Amino acid sequence: MGSIALRRLASALPVLLLVSLITFAMIHLIPGDPAAAIAGSSATPDQIAAIRHNLRLDQPLLVQLVHWYADLAHGNLGTSLLLGQPVLAATLARLPVTIALSLYALAITLLIGLGSGILAALRQNTWIDQAAMIFAMLGISVPNFYLGLLMIIFFSVDLGWLPTGGYVPFTHDPLGWLATSTMPAVSLALLLAGLLARITRSTMLEVLRQDYIRTARAKGLSGSRIVLRHALANAMIPITTVVGIIVSLLISGSVVTESLFSIPGIGQLLTQAVLNRDYPMVQGALLIVTALLVLVNIGIDVLYAALDPRVRYDGG
Amino acid sequence: MAAEPDLAAEGLLGPREHPARIALRRLLHHRLFMLGAVLFGIILVLGILAPVIAPVDPDRLVMRDRFLPPSFAHWFGTDNFGRSLWSRVVWGAQLSMFIGGAVVAINAIAGTLIGAVAGYFRPLDNILMRINDAMMAFPPVLLAIGVTAVLGPSVNDVIIALGIVYTPRTARIVRASVIVLREMEYVQAAVAAGAGHWRILRRHILPNAMAPLIVQLSFLFAYAVLTEATLSFLGLGAVPPTPTWGNIMAEGRQYMTDAPWIIAIPGVALMITVLGLNLLGDGLRDVLDPRLRIQQ
Repeated sequence: MGSIALRRLASALPVLLLVSLITFAMIHLIPGDPAAAIAGSSATPDQIAAIRHNLRLDQPLLVQLVHWYADLAHGNLGTSLLLGQPVLAATLARLPVTIALSLYALAITLLIGLGSGILAALRQNTWIDQAAMIFAMLGISVPNFYLGLLMIIFFSVDLGWLPTGGYVPFTHDPLGWLATSTMPAVSLALLLAGLLARITRSTMLEVLRQDYIRTARAKGLSGSRIVLRHALANAMIPITTVVGIIVSLLISGSVVTESLFSIPGIGQLLTQAVLNRDYPMVQGALLIVTALLVLVNIGIDVLYAALDPRVRYDGG
Repeated sequence: MAAEPDLAAEGLLGPREHPARIALRRLLHHRLFMLGAVLFGIILVLGILAPVIAPVDPDRLVMRDRFLPPSFAHWFGTDNFGRSLWSRVVWGAQLSMFIGGAVVAINAIAGTLIGAVAGYFRPLDNILMRINDAMMAFPPVLLAIGVTAVLGPSVNDVIIALGIVYTPRTARIVRASVIVLREMEYVQAAVAAGAGHWRILRRHILPNAMAPLIVQLSFLFAYAVLTEATLSFLGLGAVPPTPTWGNIMAEGRQYMTDAPWIIAIPGVALMITVLGLNLLGDGLRDVLDPRLRIQQ
């Protein structure tokens, strides 16, 4: 398993290198003078020159690139123009909030998505199947920020059950965290649960038609044992690959959800950085989040190999 | 010697129906596809007919008409500046259709070109697909935000950003088809007959790689409309007062307790569009490329 992880890590290195190169190139793709764009329309020539110097934009491109990778190697992603603090520190400070929200949303996604997908497959062509698939189709069609707005109106304004926004860290007050994170997590999870339910249903239907399931039935095994030990165990292999996509979509979705519910995570940080033309922050946050996602996908690949012996025997 | 069976007489060898006609017939009998076509068609027609059915300027301020709920005089009510929400939502439909269509066009051209070149010319495959992998490693909305941060907030820049974000995904799908088709015997026969690479790609490979591409583009239209609305809602898309659905909802957010229709109506329009496109995509996938059912 360790060798598979190492191989995946090695194959991810070129991707990470290119990701960092694309992130480096971003600031140079700004039309016109990047320093003037960052400084804004009311900036004086001195202020523009200072920004140009601080961001090393007055140096040759190759020198900038060498500095970029040298800084990366030292964990230096520059200083946020908006916050005045190192980009890495600012991003890492917000990361636990986004991770906690994403894990909560992932748990809801797995619970609803897997549950309704399995149920729909087991009750194929019944009203349960149709209801689950209508729910899944609606789930993937409702924008998460729209669902969030509707939930705020209903659960916060009308019923007064949950706060309209804000965030309480889990370590300070677990119940407070639950109250502030439930609506954002549900609004994030429903779309992905719809996606997962559709994939789980079709995968389960394929697996349930296999000969070994028929054999298990012929042997007289109980329905629940057939589903859990034989069908689900095999259906989980393709489903696991989808979890990687779901994590990426969760992070994407958290940008708007965090802004909507005033949650101080990476998404809100990135939105504020873009609105305030804080390019070092945009570059750094994008790079860190993407690198983390690449690592998460490596973890999922390793899990995939653990679930499917064929991957191990094929040498990954 | 036994007489050969007359297949034509037995109805087994009739005039061959064109595959496109067969697909169209199947689509017309696919209930969910037709539902999707109707839902998407409503929004498309609203967008096309915007100048006729919503002649009131979507940006016209009428302060005495602020926060009027939906009525016969104002079908969708008015917003905080007394602007007609009917006009804003209908013109917003036109913008969404334009943005979705433009992103699909960019993907159809750039994605097909990159995917075809990568899949057919092996030496280029590794380089192109590594760049592709790097682009796909970014979460889509985050990359779109990053690109709009660089280019600036306008409808054209959002289209370019979404084109950049989604083209690698399209290229990957085209490449997968081309790799399989390149090894087919009829392609090898064309190579042996001396056909040039571009002719083989254009005449023999790409027409057969269209099914998964069409399915991908239908879903992509939905993603583009949804991502544009998300960017606008965050204030990172087209600049207000441009009547995009995301902008209308972002502005209405402050008044959602007193005037909930300002966010509810464009939200429903967005939902109908995405639902319609998802149903269309599902139908196309079922008919054109059933093998994709699980992969999707």
